[in-house]
Amino acid sequence: MKHRTFFWFFLPTALAMLLFIFLPIVSVVTQSLFVDHQQVFREVENCDIFGCKNEMMIDNEATEALREAQPLGRFAGLSTYFNRSHLATTEVGQAWSGSQGWGEFLGLLINLPFYKALIFTLTFTFTVTPLLIVLGFVIAIAVNALNQKLKGVVIFFSLLPMIVTPLVGSLILFWMIDSRGIIGNTLQYLFANPDLSLKASTGLTWVMLIVYGVWHAAPFAFVVFYAGLQTLPQDTLESAMIDGATRWQRIRYVVIPHIMPLVTFVALIQLMDNFRVFEPIVGFNAEAHATSLSWIIYNDLGGETRLLSSAATTSVLTIIGVAILLSPVLVRTWRDWNRKV
Amino acid sequence: MASSVVDNKSPVLRTLSTLFIIVWLIIAAFPFLWTFWGSFKVELDFFSKENWTNAIVGVRTVTETGGPFTGNGYDGAWVQEEFWRAVLNTSIVCFFVVCTSLTIGTLGGYALSRSGFRYAFWLLIIALIFRAMPPITLVAGYLLPFFEWGLWGHLSTTIIVLVAINQPFTLWMLHSFFQKIPKDLDESAMVDGCTSFQAFRYVIIPVMWPGVITTGLFSFLLAYNDFAVTAMLLSKENQTMVPKIASFLGTTQTEGNVMFAVASVVSATAPLFVLVMFFQRQIVSGLTAGAVKG
Repeated sequence: MKHRTFFWFFLPTALAMLLFIFLPIVSVVTQSLFVDHQQVFREVENCDIFGCKNEMMIDNEATEALREAQPLGRFAGLSTYFNRSHLATTEVGQAWSGSQGWGEFLGLLINLPFYKALIFTLTFTFTVTPLLIVLGFVIAIAVNALNQKLKGVVIFFSLLPMIVTPLVGSLILFWMIDSRGIIGNTLQYLFANPDLSLKASTGLTWVMLIVYGVWHAAPFAFVVFYAGLQTLPQDTLESAMIDGATRWQRIRYVVIPHIMPLVTFVALIQLMDNFRVFEPIVGFNAEAHATSLSWIIYNDLGGETRLLSSAATTSVLTIIGVAILLSPVLVRTWRDWNRKV
Repeated sequence: MASSVVDNKSPVLRTLSTLFIIVWLIIAAFPFLWTFWGSFKVELDFFSKENWTNAIVGVRTVTETGGPFTGNGYDGAWVQEEFWRAVLNTSIVCFFVVCTSLTIGTLGGYALSRSGFRYAFWLLIIALIFRAMPPITLVAGYLLPFFEWGLWGHLSTTIIVLVAINQPFTLWMLHSFFQKIPKDLDESAMVDGCTSFQAFRYVIIPVMWPGVITTGLFSFLLAYNDFAVTAMLLSKENQTMVPKIASFLGTTQTEGNVMFAVASVVSATAPLFVLVMFFQRQIVSGLTAGAVKG
């Protein structure tokens, strides 16, 4: 295709991405370098029977005017990045020098909002992803052994947790694990502890969110692996059987190597998606015990005062995190392309 | 596994595998069934401290409303809290997002699949990076300019933003679909004297529908399921379903209001059920399209 034709074909989508993805990134980076204006003070002379005094007053009009004139705020450089709500370099330094070991250091770190969110986001990402791959694989193997008529029905029901809106899915589970809901009730009965509440403890909240994450994403892994199993080389499998390989050996040495590229694919997609974990925290009302990077941004943006520059700073830090996670994918795609050309 | 060699699966293994499937189906489907059933009960039955069977038989629902089923939750959500407005907004948003993103996405995806130049690769890589970024990170970038220019709160703004956020994924998916359509097809049309656009119009468009429908399904799901963007960019009267449901949660302190949220959750899930029922094959092929290729 000629450059000229390509240009006209690609123009609409390029414009959309340029205006609403690229420019917002620029805007986010810029905003993260600015902070809100301070209030303008004005000196007024206040006279009463005891004489005259000079007092400082907040000049609302001037403050408004300044905000109108420079909506971005005043330039602050990287200071927002290093303040207590973000990288908190001072506090981390103190925690590092003040603590005896790793445990204590982490304990201090988790009190800082950014690190609290980062620790949960990473824990979530790196526990959910392997678990969902294993679960998806086992489901795929089991479904593949079913007879043809049942497969359709099983696939239909298996797709539901993934298709459903994340917020809705987490709400549905949240209502069930409520201490008055069916799962919450059952757990209280099983552990013979009528006060057991999954919502009250940090550890259990994390477990609950991770279970939700696996429930939500396992169908994706299942469908991809199931499709991979359909292209399994039957010859190899049969010769393995003739050679006397057990069922386990066939899975280990024929099936798993065959679907290994798919495992990488699922892992990379899911690392990206789990890193943005957000809706379940809102749905499970879990922000007291678990916050994620996306949730902090949402929290800063919502509410009465929109903390734009704080949200922008967390956004930039999140994008950097995504870039680090994504680098293996980029390298892989680069290699693929070079092999093809 | 249909094979000529006898696959001597032990009965134990067969039972275990069937049992596992049953357990998985319960985990996957039971929550939906339970919530659907419970949405026709009163709050004290759906959240029952005394006995979990109350949620099934509806003891309190009978004493409070006279029958084992009640539509109070739906009535409260749809009529009292005007959930229908959110449903209408979601329909508008989804319709326009799917149409627009498919139109510009097919053009772009086709161009990418037919260009052998290096910049096509870089554009795809940029799209991949954009796809990986959580949408909420962009929202901070939208708010200030949208407030300044008076664009905030309108459905049209949100539609354009969702189309843009959707583009990277749409491009990747359509790119791989178009690559499966043989190049000879449009090239021979151009040899016969068609312009590139005519070749696209008369040769490619008639054969591209399976790929476009699959991609459209995923665009629809993204627009339908989005929470981060719609919650932040829409004013209260323009809210779509998902932020509306989230706003129910803040006001559920009064008894019974939780059932509004339950009813609206069921209402929001129903269209997705129908979607999966009709388009299961397309969804499965769409999910695997990216994977099997790589």
